[in-house]
Amino acid sequence: MHDDHADEHARDDGHAHGARDFQPDLEDTHAFDAASHLETALRELLIEKGVLTADELRAAIEFMDGRGAHLGAGVVARAWVDPDFKARLLADGTEAVEHYGIPIRPTHLVVVENTPAVHNMPAVHNMPAVHNMIVCTLCSCYPRNLLGRPPLWYKSREYRARAVREPRAVLAEFGTTLPQGTDIRVHDSTADMRYLVLPMRPGGSEGMSEAELAGLVTRDAMVGVTLPRAPARAAAE
Amino acid sequence: MSRFSPGDKVRVLADFARPGHVRTPWYCRGKTGVVERVCGEFRNPETLAYAKDGLPSLPLYRVRFAQRALWPDYRGGADDAVEIEIYEPWLTPGED
Repeated sequence: MHDDHADEHARDDGHAHGARDFQPDLEDTHAFDAASHLETALRELLIEKGVLTADELRAAIEFMDGRGAHLGAGVVARAWVDPDFKARLLADGTEAVEHYGIPIRPTHLVVVENTPAVHNMPAVHNMPAVHNMIVCTLCSCYPRNLLGRPPLWYKSREYRARAVREPRAVLAEFGTTLPQGTDIRVHDSTADMRYLVLPMRPGGSEGMSEAELAGLVTRDAMVGVTLPRAPARAAAE
Repeated sequence: MSRFSPGDKVRVLADFARPGHVRTPWYCRGKTGVVERVCGEFRNPETLAYAKDGLPSLPLYRVRFAQRALWPDYRGGADDAVEIEIYEPWLTPGED
């Protein structure tokens, strides 16, 4: 039985398994450059001199890794069900999110709302739909308190350059098609503000609870490169 | 106190050479936009980044630029825009 199993493996990928077929170890692929040596030296000194303990450092990393898009999704879902909260969130994002229960200071949060087209009479008062999208062209500023650490693509030179230069092409590559006539507003986080997109509540979500609504809100929807999940699709997944 | 108010036309200085940690992107320099909001006063990153105190604090604005003002060959909606945070010393009144 054991031999059969080994044979099967050998046949599967058409070559024998030698030591070289193993997944490489991290230490074999990661470049330890001057900066990583500096980090190690500084970390060890801080611990040796009693400025920090190893556990404090570990806990800080754990805290940073524990933050994620579920926090932002909760804020968005609350805004969808509570018009007063939404008004406060748009007027002063920092204050509203602190009040909601997520410590965010000293970060200054600006929440930008995606809005549908509004048709008024006379037609000169029509308002186009607006879609918002976030980038930091200078580095990788990102609302980490609400979304965790930014994805690699957000930090890439390509996204940073193209988001302000040809946002519609970037959206199309993310698979995002907006209704004809939608205005696109790109927000470049160049200085002290951090941005969160408040997406439009999807159609068909009328009967859903706040917790269920939060499940529709993805990280990428809050960066503005896509739209929230549709309720039917979310239920099927 | 801030020199500009929401709705004011402002132009970003183009020939305002500053070394170091400048937070005004090149692509908006010399371009005209409209103040979207005054963000408050923040310490100056151009000195703060070099272990100085960043004082005096500077008014910071969000300025909205039409995409077509930034990129003459922009292909997209005529009302597409980019909003950028810019510190007051980089701004001058825009012509009407």
